[in-house]
Amino acid sequence: MDLLEYQGKQLFARHGLEVSPGKAVTNVEDAVAAANEIGYPVVVKAQVLIGGRGKAGGVKLAADEAQARQHASDILGLDIKGHLVRTVWIEHASDIASEYYASVLLDRQAKAPLVMFSVEGGVDIEEVAEQTPEKLIRHHVDPLAGLSRAEAIQIATDGGADADVVEGVADALVALYEVWLAEDASLAEINPLIVTPERKVKALDSKISLDDNALYRHPENQDLSDRENEDPIERRAKEQGVQYVALDGDIGILGNGAGLVMSTLDVVAQAGGSPANFLDAGGGSDAAKVKQAVALILSNEAVKAVLFNIFGGITRCDEVANGLIAAFEEIKPSVPFVVRLDGTNDVQGREILQQAALPNVHSARTMNEAAEKVVALAKGHS
Amino acid sequence: MSVLIDENTRLAVAGITGREGSFHTLNNRSYGTNVVGGVTPGKGGQDVEGIPVFDDWAQAMASSQPNTAMIFVPPRFAADAILEAARAGVELVIAITEGIPAHDELRVYNTLAQDHPGTRLIGPNCPGILSPGKANVGIIPASFFKQGNVGVVSRSGTLTYQIGNEIAQAGFGCSSIVGIGGDPVPGSSFVDIIELFQSDDQTELIVLSGEIGGSAEEEAAEFIAESVSKPVVAYIAGFTAPAGKQMGHAGAIVSGSSGTAQAKAKALEERGVPVGRTPTEVAEIAIGILGGAPAHSS
Repeated sequence: MDLLEYQGKQLFARHGLEVSPGKAVTNVEDAVAAANEIGYPVVVKAQVLIGGRGKAGGVKLAADEAQARQHASDILGLDIKGHLVRTVWIEHASDIASEYYASVLLDRQAKAPLVMFSVEGGVDIEEVAEQTPEKLIRHHVDPLAGLSRAEAIQIATDGGADADVVEGVADALVALYEVWLAEDASLAEINPLIVTPERKVKALDSKISLDDNALYRHPENQDLSDRENEDPIERRAKEQGVQYVALDGDIGILGNGAGLVMSTLDVVAQAGGSPANFLDAGGGSDAAKVKQAVALILSNEAVKAVLFNIFGGITRCDEVANGLIAAFEEIKPSVPFVVRLDGTNDVQGREILQQAALPNVHSARTMNEAAEKVVALAKGHS
Repeated sequence: MSVLIDENTRLAVAGITGREGSFHTLNNRSYGTNVVGGVTPGKGGQDVEGIPVFDDWAQAMASSQPNTAMIFVPPRFAADAILEAARAGVELVIAITEGIPAHDELRVYNTLAQDHPGTRLIGPNCPGILSPGKANVGIIPASFFKQGNVGVVSRSGTLTYQIGNEIAQAGFGCSSIVGIGGDPVPGSSFVDIIELFQSDDQTELIVLSGEIGGSAEEEAAEFIAESVSKPVVAYIAGFTAPAGKQMGHAGAIVSGSSGTAQAKAKALEERGVPVGRTPTEVAEIAIGILGGAPAHSS
């Protein structure tokens, strides 16, 4: 789960990282009131989960109330690469002497947390890593020991932080590690981490990804993220506990098992089709579950045909077939379905479907055959 | 032979008294796996169809000497269950549980490495291991597979059954099928399991089934080029997965430009490992290498 900048900054503040005071607002009047309260100059920042906000006109400096009003009304409602700005963050503008970079992430290869620091902040860090890798310090932390202050001072020194702020940077790194650890983050990043003319070290931006699997121990974080801009079907699926990812094609996909569903998307794409979603129905797909999944898939109006790809292990194909029949009775889909049942009780499953003679349901024996059929149907239906 | 589990496996199960835990434990026993006990705190002294239940792993070890643990407890208890089994001296821990926080997995991985180097962890979020004809630990549907010379290692369950079934229909069997799981910090990697298959007499060909996220497939590609003489055939799922989206498995996510299916397939192919574009093609390539007819069909 990715957090918006202001949500990340709240987590930063919770763990002692210095951030500017500010306020998140959703309309122009509140923005102006917040700016007046905070005191000028202020920065008006679009809150969306996408990079490049500044270039898209989503971050602006306001010297007075008139400018604050103008910028807030320009930015609210702005579309930044498909993300609609519904919230702006107003904070007191900071004076900047230097822009650094700091992050902590879970390095899957090293099986350890990785702390990164650079004095080349405020730019795309992947570019720094590529063009001047010597300017990006990478330090693996022993996860059982944690990041010590001595280690953090070493990182700041090695990275070339100005001598008078080495301690301040080290404190920020220790606090950032604490954010990563205590909040169950997979990534906690500050870019830029600024040094003010008064030589204070402060987080001017935030990028945090939290582990969904750990949310049960962070009830206070449950409602974060960019709820308003979430795909509505994805949000509904999440509430129902279904693994669903919205894609931009027109072929609805259901399968059992994440790997098999990913593979189904690929095979459909290879057959010339374009998947509308990823949906993993999981193991033991009973009738209620199948019905729920069909409803989710069909609530996307772009869907022109649906592919059911089941390889029964724990899941029994006869159960899936009965589920599909029940779903058809209730939902009465208007688009064609291709159903491929293989594995546990596949013969019974296919027989049940054949006897039910559901309208516009086609059966296929193999995954490749199923993909070709559904692609042809999706094209014919349009 | 086979890898990790066989006739000598002595299995004990954490979470044996749960609905899923008891169902799959009994399933494993009817396959022929020697199930010697289960662990559920507070239920010591009970039994599950004759399988003794213990309060903790130390007692299970003292009474039944398990050499393999299967973890079936809910995510919030799983990390401690794994470590407790390791502390009791169990050599192989197979964690089926899905949904364990990544930080817990990190702690488990590093604690095992530091304090219990003699314990190997498979999973979490995996379907387990099947050595056809010998033992089944986990949720792999054994009826599709018979004994043979193909070793399978995979991050995904159903995809493994899909590929394995096509190989089986051509008449070939498997030495072992190892699910390493779909989480970000698995206890064992492709490299760990491929190394076992390389030194296993029964295994003549290895199938690797990977997916987006992380760099385990790239690491496997390097290892195969340097240290594996047996033929390896690979499959990668997730070519059409958009960046930044978790595709079902917690570990199946393309982060920025890293972890893509394209990069993984390229790394494998550059080192001479053929990558099938569909599960069917993987099976066809494997069958082609094996010679079109089963080497032994027992």
